[in-house]
Amino acid sequence: MTTDLTKDTKDEGPQDTPPAAEAVVTAVDPRLLVREEGFAGYVGEFRRKLRSGELGSLPVVVGLIVIGLVFQLRDSAFLGAENLSNLFVTAAGTGLIAVGIVFVLILGEIDLSVGSVSGLAAAVFAVLNVNHGMPEWLALVLAVLSGTVIGALHGFFFARIGVPAFVVTLAGLLGWNGLMLEVLGSNGTINLDDSGLVAGLTNHYFSDVSAAYGLATLSVAAFFLVSWRDSKRREAAGVPSRPFSEVVLRTVALAVPAYAVAWLLNQYKGLPLAVVIFLGVVVALDFVLRRTSYGRKVFALGGSVEAARRAGINVAAIRISVFALSGTMAALGGMFLASQINAANQSSGAGSLLMNAIAAAVIGGTSLFGGRGKTWSALLGVLVIQSIASGMALLGIASAVQYMITGAVLLAAVVIDSVSRRTQKTAGRA
Amino acid sequence: MSATPVLALRGVSKRFGAVQALTDVELEIHPGEVVALVGDNGAGKSTLVKTIAGVGPADDGVIEWEGRPVTVDRPHVAQELGIATVYQDLALCDNLDVVGNLFLGREIVRAGVLDEVEMERRARELLSTLSIRIPSVRIPIASLSGGQRQTVAIARSLLGDPKIVILDEPTAALGVEQTAQVLDLVERLRERGLGVILISHNMADVKAVADRVAVLRLGRNNGTFEVKTTSQEEIISAITGATDNAVTRRKARTAEGTK
Repeated sequence: MTTDLTKDTKDEGPQDTPPAAEAVVTAVDPRLLVREEGFAGYVGEFRRKLRSGELGSLPVVVGLIVIGLVFQLRDSAFLGAENLSNLFVTAAGTGLIAVGIVFVLILGEIDLSVGSVSGLAAAVFAVLNVNHGMPEWLALVLAVLSGTVIGALHGFFFARIGVPAFVVTLAGLLGWNGLMLEVLGSNGTINLDDSGLVAGLTNHYFSDVSAAYGLATLSVAAFFLVSWRDSKRREAAGVPSRPFSEVVLRTVALAVPAYAVAWLLNQYKGLPLAVVIFLGVVVALDFVLRRTSYGRKVFALGGSVEAARRAGINVAAIRISVFALSGTMAALGGMFLASQINAANQSSGAGSLLMNAIAAAVIGGTSLFGGRGKTWSALLGVLVIQSIASGMALLGIASAVQYMITGAVLLAAVVIDSVSRRTQKTAGRA
Repeated sequence: MSATPVLALRGVSKRFGAVQALTDVELEIHPGEVVALVGDNGAGKSTLVKTIAGVGPADDGVIEWEGRPVTVDRPHVAQELGIATVYQDLALCDNLDVVGNLFLGREIVRAGVLDEVEMERRARELLSTLSIRIPSVRIPIASLSGGQRQTVAIARSLLGDPKIVILDEPTAALGVEQTAQVLDLVERLRERGLGVILISHNMADVKAVADRVAVLRLGRNNGTFEVKTTSQEEIISAITGATDNAVTRRKARTAEGTK
């Protein structure tokens, strides 16, 4: 019997006197995390986060700097405008796929089919456009939509039938690759129109210098206005807000790399269309993830499925939509990858693409354990992967070694993720 | 205390296969009243709560809401009526912050965008009127202690402006200080004029905050007591079955043995 028979000395009998509630409201709990205002508070919070294992994007930024230094010392062309510009363009395809992976990882699931889906989408586009003469834009839309449908199908099997996502997408990895080979037919390679829409995805540059600087200015200004307005609204509502000095500081922190990259791109061919689209997608999906109730639901599912269900969230619908998004992004990324080689062939979406996309998301700081992640991690992660690939190609290192190094980097990223999660747990933050 | 109960159960029965889990159970909750629902394991407390919360509708009997009979066959029906349930496992998302958890599933949206500022303001307001003290409304739930999580879960149930709050063993896993915080909160709910159904195994808690105690035994009412005028022993004997139970039988046996 669990009933407590012992007399409690605390509160016996009726409770007529109201508790001292009013007095408590004003009293400040000594354990409250009061952040100091201004710069000192910023540094203080940063150190506290580091100690409790919330590393965020720090390891990847450090990694990028190290990679940059190492390759620059071996070959001075590495940090040159041409190489970096090409690096950004080739990163877009894998990066787009990685953005979709980020969503799936936040759910705490995995999508192993993205490589095959991207290859299939390229094949679908090539067959519709080249073999059947369908207008490019329509073929492009249908190819991307085929990714959406495939993703939704994976989501359906996972969410409604209850097959583990790992298995569903593993089946997809093989199955969609087979379908791609079937669609491509006996030729095996279909060349695309080299002056067409899809070719332009990676070979179109806005050569006017004002394009790159304009985009940088626009981003910085938008960032400043949004954070300033947010800060003012918070102040008006009486909740903690960033002081103006901090808003300025953060804007400057964004402006420096933005203008540096813009300047760099202008040294070569100008602002690549691929970079604009990739950045646009990252920003748009970041907005969806952090600022809409849909994104909040995705995070909630990554935290606790049961809690989400009880809160009235349609768990199956969210899961299906996330896999559909992952399929869509895979197909879109596939179009960029096809654009780079100007063809759809039997090796489209094969090789290390899947691993690179997942590695990019994880290296950038999205947790494999679900519930934590940002679309920006896809951008940072894919830069790491692509820098390594580009640097090694520059130095003429064999792809065998490249695979091993990329594998080691992925392992390192997962180790950081696991260790930081453990630190967070002991610090009571996960 | 008003004359019409906000929630009344009349002759509620529930059957699971061969088990009669509830038989003709009666229960009344008035506004501004804390009713403790006690009973031994398997007495039917959880089953009764599920019939009220719409998770497991009753087979027989009537549920009256503010005097008129209603059908509560789904959880959201109960929520719309104004019945909020805080389950023992709390159901919070560890990775979301306090604000995110409070408003999960009913986010405040302004022009399609989450209105974080308004949600944070309302969260602070709510927590301060309930005198809930947590380090910050912007830290993940994972950083909070068990008692703080419990208070957040209770605060969340209040966002829908309920008239009845059902708390399933809110102090079961808590320390002394944290238990006191939760009991304070229960009293504040009563001051706000809410009806509270408090399920507990802990007689000290029940005596501390409840106005009335409804005892269930083997799926039937086994008395309702005014806390002020009832001793703990009377409640215990109602829970265990004063006349015929293992304790009295053993007493009788040992009395015989010593003869």
